[in-house]
Amino acid sequence: MDILPIFSALRRHKITALLVILEVALTCAIVCNAVFLITQRIDRIHMLSGVAEHELIDIQISPISATTDSVPRMNEDLAALRQIPGVTAVASSNQLPLGGSSWNAGIKIARDQKESTLNATTYYGENMLETLGTQLVAGRSLLHDDFYDFDAVVKAGSTSDTKNMPKVAVVTQAMADRLWPGVSPLGKELFMGDNIPITVVGVVAHLVRPSFSDNAVAEYSMAFPIRMAAGRYVIRTAPENRERVLAAALAKLKQLDPKRVVLKKQTWDQVREKFFQNDRAMAGLLLGVCVALLVVTALGIVGLGSFWVAQRRRQIGVRRALGATRRHILRYFQTENFLLATIGIVLGMAMAYGVNLLLMVHYELPRLPMMYLPMGAVVLWLIGQAAVLGPALRAAAVPPVVATRSV
Amino acid sequence: MLGYYMLGYYIDLAWRSLRRSPGLTVLMVLAIGFGVAASMTTYSVFRAVSGDPIPWKSSQLFVPQIDAWGPSSRDSNGEPPDALTYTDAMALVHAHRAKLQSAMYRISPSLVPGQAGQHPINVSGHAVYGEFFPMLDVPFLYGSGWSADDDAHQAPVVVISGELNQKLFDGANSVGRSLSMDGKDYRVVGVMDSWNPQPRFYDLASSANFNAIGESVFIPFERGIAAGIYNSGNTNCHEPRTGPGFIGLQQSSCVWISYMALLDSSAAVSQYRQYLDGYAREQQRAGRFHWAPNNLLRDVPAVLDHQGVVPSDTRISLLVALGLLVVCLVNTVGLMLAKFLRRSGEIGVRRALGAPRRALYAQFLMEAGMIGAAGGALGLLLTGVGVMSVGWVFRPEIAALARLDWSLLGITMVLAVGVTLLAGVYPTFRAARVQPAWQLKSN
Repeated sequence: MDILPIFSALRRHKITALLVILEVALTCAIVCNAVFLITQRIDRIHMLSGVAEHELIDIQISPISATTDSVPRMNEDLAALRQIPGVTAVASSNQLPLGGSSWNAGIKIARDQKESTLNATTYYGENMLETLGTQLVAGRSLLHDDFYDFDAVVKAGSTSDTKNMPKVAVVTQAMADRLWPGVSPLGKELFMGDNIPITVVGVVAHLVRPSFSDNAVAEYSMAFPIRMAAGRYVIRTAPENRERVLAAALAKLKQLDPKRVVLKKQTWDQVREKFFQNDRAMAGLLLGVCVALLVVTALGIVGLGSFWVAQRRRQIGVRRALGATRRHILRYFQTENFLLATIGIVLGMAMAYGVNLLLMVHYELPRLPMMYLPMGAVVLWLIGQAAVLGPALRAAAVPPVVATRSV
Repeated sequence: MLGYYMLGYYIDLAWRSLRRSPGLTVLMVLAIGFGVAASMTTYSVFRAVSGDPIPWKSSQLFVPQIDAWGPSSRDSNGEPPDALTYTDAMALVHAHRAKLQSAMYRISPSLVPGQAGQHPINVSGHAVYGEFFPMLDVPFLYGSGWSADDDAHQAPVVVISGELNQKLFDGANSVGRSLSMDGKDYRVVGVMDSWNPQPRFYDLASSANFNAIGESVFIPFERGIAAGIYNSGNTNCHEPRTGPGFIGLQQSSCVWISYMALLDSSAAVSQYRQYLDGYAREQQRAGRFHWAPNNLLRDVPAVLDHQGVVPSDTRISLLVALGLLVVCLVNTVGLMLAKFLRRSGEIGVRRALGAPRRALYAQFLMEAGMIGAAGGALGLLLTGVGVMSVGWVFRPEIAALARLDWSLLGITMVLAVGVTLLAGVYPTFRAARVQPAWQLKSN
């Protein structure tokens, strides 16, 4: 196909050709970046949690007035919950992965270190790691003898009595890799606030925090041997038993102490769903805008294509009369669109890169991976060709006899 | 008279022209409708999360921050903690240097309804000073807030929300009646009209930014402390507490109290700054702080901005939607150019018959305006669908805010017509430049 005649024809329609190029370029730039944002959201939504996803139930209760016997009451509750048929594990915890509010601490790796190396969340509760279903990859889990009561620890903290303070912890692989890159974390010491060392005795593969906005720190979690009666129970059971166990657990808790308020009762799947709801919504919103953008661009190409075909009816007739086949005419318009789209795409790639730089500076977004650019190009080429097909077919249908008519 | 007559003529001409090429017209209307609707839907989310909750007063409401932790715990910006220790909050309360002021902390007591058979419920609210209500223009259905005297005497009074009043007292005027919280009786002094400012600007340090459900109870700060109603908001500590329980928290250097002061002139603001610095220096002399004063006094918009209340991805999606609008503009310019230039012959005849350029401008801009209005109508419809689906996919606390209201509808329409007219300027200019002689000859 000879493209020189196309260029000379386009030179007579500079403005309209430029408008098509500009439209394709803008669309390319925006769609590349928007799709990148969408995939980031999707990655986040599918993030590994490290827990037994479909097997957990979360119940939160609060006593009506402050009680003094919270630990015995908790033990009584836990024993009763364990009795429910189908329950495989129970723990009382201070927080739940992806549960929202969290307990965090600044972690240091040397005595008298001025600033914390990182901020990590702290999970409390006996049997918590086992109930959540985390996977131990090195060392050991927390044992019964490691544990201290929360109130005793607070009291010990105020008197600097190191005897009643936890001495060991289990950390995630992500946290260990950040604190001691390339070295086994087992036996290493870490510090929180005061200068009392805590020895790392175990590493779990994954355990996500209750809340985070930056994915990079999502797995900075540790489990601490502190027994806590915060009124939050995590129950593990087979997925098909969850509804039944939840109902039985609520009935049991009510029976043990009717003067309590149930604050939350949910499966962990619901917790996860709620946590990522806004991410899903944002991805949906961006997807909607992208689709609208591509539709508008396609409509523009259809419109201008039709205009050009109508304007050149006479020339098309002349070409047909001089021996050009329908196929030639069709190819002409398809090639024309391909050329315009290509110029637009090249321009659009540069713009996509620029927009990404801008977003990186202002919104701390990562760099746009190169693979998005060819993908954007292919999408726009396809849309351009699809949009121009209708007008091009109409052009091909122009009969040669048009050349003989005066208007 | 002539102008009016011509206006009707142009509308008629525009209508004929639009009908002559329905395909192109539909394309333009679709493009504008889609573009405007996508932009407006995104804008409605953006507006929902970035709105100033108290626009008439926000620049007079200030949040003081006092550095009670010293340089070792500051971040790279030297930012002091975002809440106050009990000690510092009490010092500010007693000095009372602002026109209106209140210290506050979040509570979530258990409430036992008076009627038998009703289950106890957990309610959320704040312990505040009486000046909180006039300072934030809290609307009341019945009664009012409490007096300074009630604050001083730790009076067991409570202001409840209209929703709670509906639940407990079937919406009747409950002022003077009592309810039981955490085992103690409180007398209702006021029932609020619906009040749930978003974001919850008065206590950003301690509350989730957006809340679908408003707060139900407000009790006097000193009463909350005296009755041992524990802080249910955030507590941040720099060093281990020195004592257990709520008393221990009050004696500690942990920050957990939010503070707001009404300062209605720049003189008052600078005086308050001086007072804060003076207070910090005094603490330094007394040996409690071992560092130079590092205080902050931000007004509500500045605090909202600093806390990054507007999620950055909402801002990004607004940018994407604006990009879409620009593409629509470019697209409409192209289509309109095609449409107008197709009628060069007609333009030539009109010019030759004596129509001035002005008349052509009027005619084509009228046509552009009509396309814009049609696009706007479609845009309204699609925006409605868009906003409704926002309610469907977002978390309720944001979805509740993204609402279709008259201002949104108005902006949609104005935007659609405005963008189309803007897009029509260049094609109209080109059309009006058509040479009559050349057109007549070529035909």
